[in-house]
Amino acid sequence: MPKAAVWDEGEANSIVRRHDGREGSLLPILHDLQAAFGCIPPAAVRLVADALNLTRAEVHGVVSFYHDFREQPAGRHVLKLCRAEACQSMDGERLAREVLDRLGLEWGDTTPDGRLTVEATYCLGLCACAPSAMLDGEPVARLTPQSLQDIVREAGR
Amino acid sequence: MTTRIFVPRDAAARAVGADRVAAAILDEAKRLGLAVEMVRTGSRGLFWLEPMVEVETSGGRIAFGPMTAKDVPGLFAGAAPFSAAHPLCVGRPEDIPFLKRQTRITFARCGIVDPLSLADYRAHGGWRGLERAKSLGAAATVEEVTKSGLRGRGGAGFPTGIKWKTVADTAADRKYIVCNADEGDSGTYADRMIMEGDPFLLIEGMAIAGFAVGATKGYVYIRSEYPDAIRVMERAIVLAEAEGLLGAAAKFDIEIRVGAGAYVCGEETSLLESLEGKRGQVRAKPPLPAHKGLFGKPTVINNLISLATVPAILADGAKHYADLGMGRSRGTMPIQLAGNVKHGGLFEAAFGLSLGEIVDDIGGGTASGRPVRAVQVGGPLGAYFPRALFDTPFDYEAFTARDGLVGHGGVVVFDDSVDMARQARFALEFCAIESCGKCTPCRIGSVRGTETMDKIIAGDRPEANLALIADLCQTLKFGSLCALGGFTPYPVMSAIKHFPEDFTRPRLAAAAE
Ligand SMILES: Cc1cc2nc3c(=O)[nH]c(=O)nc-3n(C[C@H](O)[C@H](O)[C@H](O)COP(=O)(O)O)c2cc1C
Ligand code: SF4
Ligand code: FES
Ligand code: FES
Repeated sequence: MPKAAVWDEGEANSIVRRHDGREGSLLPILHDLQAAFGCIPPAAVRLVADALNLTRAEVHGVVSFYHDFREQPAGRHVLKLCRAEACQSMDGERLAREVLDRLGLEWGDTTPDGRLTVEATYCLGLCACAPSAMLDGEPVARLTPQSLQDIVREAGR
Repeated sequence: MTTRIFVPRDAAARAVGADRVAAAILDEAKRLGLAVEMVRTGSRGLFWLEPMVEVETSGGRIAFGPMTAKDVPGLFAGAAPFSAAHPLCVGRPEDIPFLKRQTRITFARCGIVDPLSLADYRAHGGWRGLERAKSLGAAATVEEVTKSGLRGRGGAGFPTGIKWKTVADTAADRKYIVCNADEGDSGTYADRMIMEGDPFLLIEGMAIAGFAVGATKGYVYIRSEYPDAIRVMERAIVLAEAEGLLGAAAKFDIEIRVGAGAYVCGEETSLLESLEGKRGQVRAKPPLPAHKGLFGKPTVINNLISLATVPAILADGAKHYADLGMGRSRGTMPIQLAGNVKHGGLFEAAFGLSLGEIVDDIGGGTASGRPVRAVQVGGPLGAYFPRALFDTPFDYEAFTARDGLVGHGGVVVFDDSVDMARQARFALEFCAIESCGKCTPCRIGSVRGTETMDKIIAGDRPEANLALIADLCQTLKFGSLCALGGFTPYPVMSAIKHFPEDFTRPRLAAAAE
């Protein structure tokens, strides 16, 4: 579950040091920092750049290239709805649209109470049980309007 | 007597309730005071029957599915628990036509064994491939892979043995084996199933590759959308290390690296950039990764299924594998049926089945019960096929001849409610979202193409705008460094060519959300 701990320079440093001696360690470091702090804040970009002897622009370039890395923390729960072809063939787009409209959100938005972020994803490998989604890293599939509504209600608690 | 019960822990089975079924079985057994040993397996790949529970009986395993937690008490009830009379009983899995008609080589163990039991792995033929490779020697191992006719299962279909030979023949102080487990194509899940259902198979395949080309370090690059697969692979590596099957004694290490949600990182050079900790921007070739790959060192980069097929080729001999298939497509392909299909699942078979057999006979038509109208083969960069082309055999060259691709073996079925103009629009939009940004046609052209498609959908000068799309597709095809831009014309132009009526039909509501 995404948690948004406050920035802690000491903890961040020890996360970065855990990867000492690893080749090409930038992505694993960013994943771990995001797991700890919920996003990659500017302070993290600076710290990682210093530790790996890179420029801030280089680190920022990597953070912004990958869809997974956030510069702002997500809501308490993250629902990733699959928008790829196999899910489209099972009416996934309409299902997604209904959820977004009901919540008054667009893709990537978070509910005003900060409980739920809804994001697009392109295939979760559950394509034989489409349409599919992932809630806080847990797969859900064969979604129906009802089951998806239940998931959203549960996450909104 | 203890009853052994098998419940998949495959992510797709979990996504439809396998964990709840497993918990209900343990609860009910406890309530009744029955001794039950539960094994959490991978999936057999019969996804319309998931969660599929198997129970060991004197006559072999019998299966029940699709199960829900509510069905569990019924499974135990009556004079004879786990009886074939249960309404959800589907009999012996091996007798289910969908499984019976397959030739399972790469997927021989998946769904049967405990994925994290080294004892199971060995008892079901594991490590025989590596042992034979060691007895043959490195050069003869490469030769064996070449003779098998195995071609890359990641999409491009390049002969695996030739790739290995190039790396073997390139002198360097350090070489790498990289497993491409980015599996970004919609409609595909074969890599995921192996990682979750038979992870030691991949470890063995990579160890053979390392031995054959003289590499001591392997990386498995797994997409972040696969948290279950990442967990199982991490654990499998720890177990293999503890037994000395990986690590210093084995002279081969494997490390897992996790992607970060970029489709283009499945492209091999983009993946290498990503492994080096950079933006996943595609590299120009040459140099080939086989000469200068990861950190500039000679690198074998293969799709997971290519690597996971090598142990069986070594264990049973190249000829056994090469005898299957047709033309220059030798051996078997794990075909992945997905989308609006009645029997969605993994079907491993020798090359050569016709698309019609795959979709209509094996897949059983659509899940919705409506007529099949279009089938996209080979992921988001693959062509849409109409029924008129259902005689196309599943074979690399035959699909190329019809402006399509086999790709990683995904087959996504659509019924007659599909709007092919929207599918064409999506292909361009996807290219825009995932472009690495290096080439102008791909980066900018895809955005313009999406906008032009919106006009067509809105009924705005369809002929003129379709001509623009055709032009743009020419530019993409010839002006792109990699297949993301270069192959996006396949889904777009096939949709226009085979389903022209969808592009000139005025629509009530105008496009773009
Ligand atoms: C945009 C793009 C995405 C790709 N995605 C994958 C992928 O997810 N998995 C994969 O194995 N190959 C993928 N490929 C193909 C790889 O570039 C490469 O051909 C493959 O990893 C080579 O391994 P093989 O010879 O065993 O198939 C992709 C190619 C492109 C252009
Ligand atoms: S075609 Fe697109 S994804 Fe491929 S290298 Fe060019 S810009 Fe990058
Ligand atoms: S397309 Fe949605 S899970 Fe694969
Ligand atoms: S890298 Fe060449 S266009 Fe940006």
